[in-house]
Amino acid sequence: MKHILGVLVENRPGVLSKVSGLFSRRGFNIESLAVGITENPDISRMTIVVDGDDYTVEQVTKQLNKLIDVIKVANIGRESVIRELALIKVKATSATRNEIIEIANIFRANIVDISKNYLTIEITGDSEKIAALEDMLRDFGIKEMVRTGAIAIDRGSKMIKYDEDKEEK
Amino acid sequence: MKMLGAQALVKGLEAEGVEIVFGYPGAAIMQVYDVLRDSNIHHVLVRNEQGAAHAASGYARVTGKVGVCISTSGPGATNLITGIATAYMDSIPIVAITGQVPLSMVGRDVFQEVDITGATEPFTKYSYLVKDPNDIPQIVKEAFYIASTGRPGPVLIDLPKDVAASTIDYREPGPVFIRSYRPTYMGHPGQVKRVAKAIVESKRPVICVGGGCITSSASPEIIELAERIKAPVASTLMGIGAFPSGHKLYLGMLGQHGIYAANRAINEADLLIVLGARMGDRAVVKPDKFGQGAIVVHIDIDPAEIGKNVGTNIPIVGDIKTTLRELLKKDIDRNDWGWLSKVEKWKKVRLGVGECNDGLNPMEVIEALAAQAPKDAILVTDVGQHQIWAGRYYPVEQPRTFLTSGGLGTMGYGLPAAIGAKLGQPDKQVMLITGDGSLQMNLAELATMVQEKAAVKILLFNNHHLGMVRELQQHQLGERYYQTRMECNPDFVKLAAAYGIEAFRVENSDEIDEAIKRLLEHDGPIIGEFMIDPMANVFPVSRGDKDEAHIRRIS
Repeated sequence: MKHILGVLVENRPGVLSKVSGLFSRRGFNIESLAVGITENPDISRMTIVVDGDDYTVEQVTKQLNKLIDVIKVANIGRESVIRELALIKVKATSATRNEIIEIANIFRANIVDISKNYLTIEITGDSEKIAALEDMLRDFGIKEMVRTGAIAIDRGSKMIKYDEDKEEK
Repeated sequence: MKMLGAQALVKGLEAEGVEIVFGYPGAAIMQVYDVLRDSNIHHVLVRNEQGAAHAASGYARVTGKVGVCISTSGPGATNLITGIATAYMDSIPIVAITGQVPLSMVGRDVFQEVDITGATEPFTKYSYLVKDPNDIPQIVKEAFYIASTGRPGPVLIDLPKDVAASTIDYREPGPVFIRSYRPTYMGHPGQVKRVAKAIVESKRPVICVGGGCITSSASPEIIELAERIKAPVASTLMGIGAFPSGHKLYLGMLGQHGIYAANRAINEADLLIVLGARMGDRAVVKPDKFGQGAIVVHIDIDPAEIGKNVGTNIPIVGDIKTTLRELLKKDIDRNDWGWLSKVEKWKKVRLGVGECNDGLNPMEVIEALAAQAPKDAILVTDVGQHQIWAGRYYPVEQPRTFLTSGGLGTMGYGLPAAIGAKLGQPDKQVMLITGDGSLQMNLAELATMVQEKAAVKILLFNNHHLGMVRELQQHQLGERYYQTRMECNPDFVKLAAAYGIEAFRVENSDEIDEAIKRLLEHDGPIIGEFMIDPMANVFPVSRGDKDEAHIRRIS
């Protein structure tokens, strides 16, 4: 089963390798990992999608918490806002271009580059939506595709925050 | 105040109360050595950096302080690795300082460059590559804090040569506050209450102590707990010393090579109180069967250990001593002696080592040592059969007096660790039980021992074999022995003489008592070589079954 972990870490060199090293060393499988700084420039936030049973996820969480540079680990539910971004370069001749644009519009994707024989489409969404667009475009000829890992944020007032006043991690 | 980065480092060590460091100089760490030369810190020159890390670890174990080892960059740093990993597996607080090539050269594969923070990442608690010399005072303070608090472990400081040589405007380090690192010392009160309830309701409680009990200095609390709830106490290899062997409630070492009574009691218990033990694969033969039918209470300061190897019913994250003190305030007394009388019977089953017709019986040597050594003597072991025999037959009475590489099982740990132990506790008798295989792994440290006049009493169990592996070949590979006979051992007595160490050989069992007396009374380092029967075994290995009647009864 897939689990999404939101991980706050110190924004320091070497932290990414510590986290990714931990996964390979302990035999945990990462589906995707995305990282960037937060509203506090000292803190980065990683979104890690892990595939595993409850035991594995518990172990991942505990081992991550054990890393000194990890500030907080939280399990983000499937009902949260989850987004990935993909750029897809697809073959597009004058005969097929309009049809592709129409498909892109249905997916609320954007055409970000156009040339005689190619279109580049930018799409944001969860992995299922991206997979669906990919499926629709496949017959036209996908020449290149690049996608980010998932990032996720809880809905409503729920959030992953480092609480300065709180004594316990 | 203006000073060099290297001076700030040494000043930091002094501020942490460091009196002794173990190391080996080299080009990239020269600046630090130049400052050490004028400091009050005593530097012990080892013969291989691995020895420095083990010695720091031995020192840390007997003193409870943080051990410090120093090496140069590249090969000096990689030689430390085995020692760092050994300390990590046994949760021993050490700070390792390595020289590094100048910062401007880092990443260019220059002479004696190695990414040591990267290489040691899996088995350090934390590491620093110092980039700004102004950070040095704070980093040193943090390193000692991280190494010694929570679940202790090794911390590495990698110091580039130019950073050590640059001048800074020294400022006192501030208090250590690491927002992402705040170990929990006090166990959850609600969980403590649950444990108290489980104790009162139990009929067959057993306490298992691990290395965490020694780190936490929790022996008085554990003794009180055991006596009040009438629970027998089993120990992991790392926990030996946490509970006095002479105590009537002590069962002995548990696990694969453990004492019959300890394993039997664990198998039949209805309440297992596991304290500061990770219940690793050598302690628990069949993790899925461990504590079957029993309520398992697990108290550990490291949340990641709880539920990792064995299932737990009542987990408590916290320091053993602090948490037990809370538990002892509760009404937990039990007055049921029935369980103990049953356990008492199992204690009569003793595991031997097999017939010894072709050399000395190792059990006799250890028993003779135990009979003559003072109760507070420190026993260091190396790794192999002799380690298991020592764990099984030597009655350790006090915490921090039994040192062994339990987690990593590092052959060669013994001699340097014993040197570190002797320098940490110069007034105590320090004895090393080693083997002909283990001793030769870090043999060069004999010179360190002589140079430091460290009066380590070495009992060399020579069976001309890598006994543990030979025994595995005997039982698991149908006696297809291979590469386990040490064909060309040196004459250890003559070798010792070459180092200026007194040494003698013991071949007859009637000489054992006199030999032990000579070892203990000699004022200085000394080696007694005991010619052990090569076929002496640690077998029978526990199969982790409920019925262990197949175990041979000897004596």
